[in-house]
Amino acid sequence: MSAHATPRPGTPADETDAHTWTGRARRWLLKKLPPDKLLPEDQPSYVASWSYVFGMGAIASLLWIVISGIVLGLNGPQWYHVSSLGSFVNSTHLWSVEFFFIFMVVHLWLKFWMAAWRGGRALTWITGVLSFVVSIVAAFTGYLLQTNFDSQWIAFEAKDALNAVGVGAWFNAANVGQLFTWHITLLPLAVGAVVVLHVLLVRVHGVAPPLEAAESDAQLLHNRRESTQPPGYTQPPESTESRDAVR
Amino acid sequence: MTGWLVASVGTVGEGTYFGWDGFTIQSGNLIVIVVMIILFVLALVLPFPGGKRRK
Repeated sequence: MSAHATPRPGTPADETDAHTWTGRARRWLLKKLPPDKLLPEDQPSYVASWSYVFGMGAIASLLWIVISGIVLGLNGPQWYHVSSLGSFVNSTHLWSVEFFFIFMVVHLWLKFWMAAWRGGRALTWITGVLSFVVSIVAAFTGYLLQTNFDSQWIAFEAKDALNAVGVGAWFNAANVGQLFTWHITLLPLAVGAVVVLHVLLVRVHGVAPPLEAAESDAQLLHNRRESTQPPGYTQPPESTESRDAVR
Repeated sequence: MTGWLVASVGTVGEGTYFGWDGFTIQSGNLIVIVVMIILFVLALVLPFPGGKRRK
């Protein structure tokens, strides 16, 4: 390690001096997502709308899906199929999935009619689509784990389609043990990873403004005026919360 | 062993289906779709509490 790579404790690191992959990664991450964008204290005025609630509703539902799923997994099928408390937790697991999909679909509709992929948000839109698709597969494996005649019917209707596309060996709808692994480890990790990436991208680009906001919103008009300022102009600190309103 | 199997098989009902001219939908699916449409419309028209006080 060279001498210039270790600033004294308490001394701000010179971010232009990064010469290792960790340093370059830190510099890139801090540039893309500085702490005030990762955990903002203010949002633009148009966010005070029910249209901006459903994404967080889906995340809240997902949290309860994970928590109730952990409880179900640790206690096992003989608990959640027989005991009253087990059946209740099992039902909350199902109903949180229902709410998750309801909120996610309303979120999808609202963002579609808002054209929320505007302003460099294409990857945010794509990760949203991905989370929807992976969630459908996760929910499908959940229906197969009901271990009743309903799940048996679904499994044997699905197995021919899965075999036809060549994934039957790794995703065998008739193998409950294999499906349990898919449902409680691989698919939740995939849903969680895509959702985290989706939320981080929302933080990077800011929430999408409504279509009409660019013409009427005071913060967006303020932001537009700033973009015409000469180089070297520094933004007043009281207006920093709105600087990312439009990309 | 057999107790929980028996307990689990009795939970599936036939379900109620609605159909018009070849189109069929189960009542639960129809309810979820109607609820989503209602939530979509309400999100557009209902005022957000405390919204006027926000920056």
